[in-house]
Amino acid sequence: MATTAQAGTLPAIAPLRRASAGLWSDAWYRLRRDRLTMASGAILTALIVLSLGAPLIAEYVFHTSFEEQSLLKAYAAPTLDPPGYLLGADEVGRSQVVRLLYGGQVSLFVGFVGMLMSLTIGVGLGLVAGFFRGYIDDGITWFITTLNSIPLIFLLILVTTLFTPGAITLTIIIGVLFWTGITNFVRGQTFALREREFVTAARTVGASSGRIMFKHILPNVLPLIFVLAAIDVGTIILAESALSYLGLGIMPPTPSWGNMLTNASSYFNRAWWLVVSPGVMVFLTVLCLYLIGDGLRDALDPRLKGAD
Amino acid sequence: MIRRLLYAIPTLLGISVIVFFLTRLSPGDPIRIYTFGSQTITEDDIRQLRAFYGLDQPLPVQYVTWLLGVVRGDFGMSLQYHQPALGLLLDRLPATLQLASAALILQILIGVPLGVYAALRRGSWVDNAIRVFGVAGHAVPTFWLGLLAIIFFAVTLRVLPSQGLLTVGKDQSDIVDRLRHLILPAFVLALAAIANYSRYLRTETLDVIAQDFIRTAHAKGLRNRTVVYTHALRNALIPVVTALGGLLAVLVSGSLIIEQVFTWPGAGQFTYAAARAKDYPVIMAGVMLASTLLVISYLIRDVLYAVVDPRIKAR
Repeated sequence: MATTAQAGTLPAIAPLRRASAGLWSDAWYRLRRDRLTMASGAILTALIVLSLGAPLIAEYVFHTSFEEQSLLKAYAAPTLDPPGYLLGADEVGRSQVVRLLYGGQVSLFVGFVGMLMSLTIGVGLGLVAGFFRGYIDDGITWFITTLNSIPLIFLLILVTTLFTPGAITLTIIIGVLFWTGITNFVRGQTFALREREFVTAARTVGASSGRIMFKHILPNVLPLIFVLAAIDVGTIILAESALSYLGLGIMPPTPSWGNMLTNASSYFNRAWWLVVSPGVMVFLTVLCLYLIGDGLRDALDPRLKGAD
Repeated sequence: MIRRLLYAIPTLLGISVIVFFLTRLSPGDPIRIYTFGSQTITEDDIRQLRAFYGLDQPLPVQYVTWLLGVVRGDFGMSLQYHQPALGLLLDRLPATLQLASAALILQILIGVPLGVYAALRRGSWVDNAIRVFGVAGHAVPTFWLGLLAIIFFAVTLRVLPSQGLLTVGKDQSDIVDRLRHLILPAFVLALAAIANYSRYLRTETLDVIAQDFIRTAHAKGLRNRTVVYTHALRNALIPVVTALGGLLAVLVSGSLIIEQVFTWPGAGQFTYAAARAKDYPVIMAGVMLASTLLVISYLIRDVLYAVVDPRIKAR
């Protein structure tokens, strides 16, 4: 993996436009030229800002709150008057658009924090397994094989039945269950990297195993971990929405994109638009995350471009 | 092959440990939950019940007792139906297998040609459309897609049924009726895998096409079709068999939620219903059954792998 990117081998006459570029600035340079990824990033940022600003937007733009009910307006069709019913109203007349914003808070929180947790576990175990090999590696590999042999949704259903989660518990459950893919990847990379000369060199000057793992091997794996992280957030959001839809994830009255669909799906002959909007939000968010993942990979490792 | 079979044993044991201890670690004493609100029950009764169900034994002893039962196919009685948990699930397994195999056939029949076609027309708008579909098919929540399909095809157009295995009250052996019920859930379940397959095959085909032996085949004057179908496709299909493992996991997982959306009376939906009712023996049996199915399909994948790639056997 190229840790230093060549700034170019142009003849000395042509002054270099860019100063010497490191991996990150080089990747950023490529990323800025990738319109699809930049657009996905912009949409995702907008979704995050809108969700975080949900209380303010609800009050000043839509003049309603996420729990304000109005039975007369139940199943109201999407309308601009009042603006609170931009995307219609649900079965007790709550504003769909405001609830979507609040739901975004929950879904994005579970996605990002769950990713951070699974990433910490995954990278740690992957480094250890790949670096020490032997029994430790066998143990970790066996555990991963076992965990991967339980279909994810069944595992999640078992766990969520037992613990009846709120947003925080659900995040922890997901974080504890989603790390296997990352571990497999980091383990493989570490396997190859530990045989390289710079690791031998570090060992020769007396670096401890921990130092070699985190200061020498980790930075070489890090770029592609970002790619996995972006995809991971998307996958977690999908899983959360499925669980909440099944009534085993985020519980009402806290809105989440998944549990908004639970009720909506029983009323779709009266108000089909209630089914459409939460799903579109999940789809859009996850699609952006996947595209960002793809774009990041191309930017960080141009050799892979177009491979997939 | 036999070695591979033996490898499955520690995996299955591990799964049983996870399932058992997760269930036992959960807060709440099952006896107290099921006797909650009873006026006449005494502490002594509770102690007796606990002894009756073996709950007064140390956890490892309980685990071994449970495992010995499981090996003989005894997962205990369903708390809701008072019938053997495994039997209840096995009654519903054919419906699940029917749905999953329909989805599997669809994903291969549609996903493979899409991927190959995209690779052969690299850079064309068809290729781009297939690539977009490859990402989008992954990002869409399948249960939501199922809901949309019901709204569109069953409610608005009224062309396809949206619920169950067959029309209630109709002749049981009416194949056309059964197939019509199968179309929507099978397509929705297969979609993510179709997207996955098309991505995978596109990459693999592009890889193979760039290799020397393809150029040689072209150079010795073979027709383009022959080169694609007998030389390129055969080699591109090898990693696709590996991908099958992950896709089967998606299929087994996905079937649970799709069964729920389409009220398909399968083992997944039954496990989910048990989870809502906190019927632990059925949940444990359901998770073990689904995991065993997955382990078996991984085994089949490895056998297939050796069939399509003779080099594996040689090793």
